[in-house]
Amino acid sequence: VKCSLCSQRAVFSRYCKEHFTEYFEKKAKDTIRRFRLLKKSDKIAVAVSGGKDSMSLLYMLHKHGYNVTGLAVDEGIHGYRDKTLLTLSEFCKKNKILLNIVSFKEMLGKTLDEINPERPCSVCGVYRRYILNMHAKGFDALATGHNMDDEAQAIIMNLTRNSIPLLKRLGPVSGTGTGFTKRVKPFYLCPEKEVMVYSFLNNLNTEFTECPNIERAYRLRIRDMLNDYELSNQGTKRNIVEWFISIKPKLKVRGSHSLCKRCGEPSAKEVCSACAMAYFFKEIKTF
Amino acid sequence: MKIFIEKEKKEIKRKFQGRVKDLLKELGINQETVIVVRNGELITEEDIIKESDELRILSVVSGG
Repeated sequence: VKCSLCSQRAVFSRYCKEHFTEYFEKKAKDTIRRFRLLKKSDKIAVAVSGGKDSMSLLYMLHKHGYNVTGLAVDEGIHGYRDKTLLTLSEFCKKNKILLNIVSFKEMLGKTLDEINPERPCSVCGVYRRYILNMHAKGFDALATGHNMDDEAQAIIMNLTRNSIPLLKRLGPVSGTGTGFTKRVKPFYLCPEKEVMVYSFLNNLNTEFTECPNIERAYRLRIRDMLNDYELSNQGTKRNIVEWFISIKPKLKVRGSHSLCKRCGEPSAKEVCSACAMAYFFKEIKTF
Repeated sequence: MKIFIEKEKKEIKRKFQGRVKDLLKELGINQETVIVVRNGELITEEDIIKESDELRILSVVSGG
């Protein structure tokens, strides 16, 4: 199959390597412009895990002259995070990108493996978000590698749970309240498959890695369902995301967030989830 | 044809000649979830593959 724009061999859909790169980067740049995610003068922290999405985002923003620093959280998951962080460190060194790795061990006094909670993903999620937000202070934005598939899944998950407060937190821009660094998703309208193609063509990390703690059974079911629909009805995921963008301003959520009375970080309740959890796991350092 | 399926970490041998999308259908793999690499190069779902090709089917989804 040939590229529709030149005589080269197509690598994805109707694009050759060069024209796919152009198409993909234009889509991300259009998203940045459409939702006013970033300015060229911004100091940007990019949340990176070493996986394809965040590595592609760091690579693309750096390539286009944005002032980026990688921000990674080492939860201390043996045999998983150590490998992805090694790939990430080598990548940043090669491309002369600043990288800040913050560990659960230094922040909480214990690794996730050492805490060994019954539901590791909930604990990990709360602390990852907390630590990223804390270390993104002083930056104009915290960019994450969330793609269109991630977002469509999250929308459907919150819809089926009638969780309007969580739904309201989604979108290409979030965390604009007091105590937050603005969170942005430049790959918001890029399907996961396209991010993978971009990552492969640029020799970024495309190796399949799976967290050993994975407990996302519900999300995986939604993901498979959406991919089945997408196969028979092209544009399903994009339509879900565009629908959400149009209705988000109309979602009304009671109550507003303030600051945690223990640690002073942003919180929807009097005491934030990170402090509440630290109290529950008594051996974790409190903030 | 030798086919390496990355997510399952297994290599299979199969007699097949035709379009990539038809092979994926035969294997029960949704084309939305993978990319296909032939001899180190990315190919599209419409490309024709032949018996002597070596393929790698890489998973698009990451795991946490």
